[in-house]
Amino acid sequence: MARMKFICDAERCIECNGCVTACKNEHEVPWGVNRRRVVTLNDGVPGERSISVACMHCSDAPCMAVCPVNCFYRTDEGVVLHDKDVCIGCGYCSYACPFGAPQFPSQGTFGVRGKMDKCTFCAGGPEANGSQAEFEKYGRNRLAEGKLPICAEMCSTKALIAGDGDVVADILRNRVLNRGKGAEVWGWGTAYGSKQAGQPGVAAPAGVKS
Amino acid sequence: MKLAPLMAVLAVLLAACGEKPQALGAVSKDEAAYKGTGKAFVALGWKQGDRMSWESQLKARMQRGQNDYERMN
Repeated sequence: MARMKFICDAERCIECNGCVTACKNEHEVPWGVNRRRVVTLNDGVPGERSISVACMHCSDAPCMAVCPVNCFYRTDEGVVLHDKDVCIGCGYCSYACPFGAPQFPSQGTFGVRGKMDKCTFCAGGPEANGSQAEFEKYGRNRLAEGKLPICAEMCSTKALIAGDGDVVADILRNRVLNRGKGAEVWGWGTAYGSKQAGQPGVAAPAGVKS
Repeated sequence: MKLAPLMAVLAVLLAACGEKPQALGAVSKDEAAYKGTGKAFVALGWKQGDRMSWESQLKARMQRGQNDYERMN
């Protein structure tokens, strides 16, 4: 299996925020923390586009590079996860992330930042799969249940696609060929075509501009 | 002759100066997703613990749930 990836097809996103709601409900995310949100580009201008944004589980994740306590790790499927027992809530990852994915609960004493929280690709955390401890810290582990992330599965227009990168690219390529437009995939190049740290870039799916 | 007790006392005292390992770091013990949760509340059609079965389950689920061209035609 190739690595797990997200794509948001801006031609299809209707800014319904179903993904945001589904995510918050599935993982019982607290008030003030949004693991996923919908951003509208050129709002109010004809031709505006909306995209659903969360952690993209980058190939060369900047959050992993800057974390001073090395709390991040990557699973065999390429999902970038973190250990809340190790996180010190310094916030470096939120400055480094190009997608604004890391979130911090703000209900701590004297406004202190809590442990970082972010999208887990519905893959939980280091605790035992499906355990109560894992759920309380990271939410449901849907991957271990043989399911895909709830945001993508709940998307009414199938704008948000998640899963094996090869299949994701195939689905999008097929759409672009059929409709003859909408090849731009915002964030794909930043997340997966990284030329950071001297790494070779990864090409976007054929016929798709990143 | 008196060196041995002195060494013993020093060893006990200096033991407190040793540091415990404080290395923080990424966990390496995260269970692979294909191993499943061990509970019944999982998607049907795959065997928990079988990597190939898990991968084909996810691929099938992607095609079924997200590839609408595949579903319609």
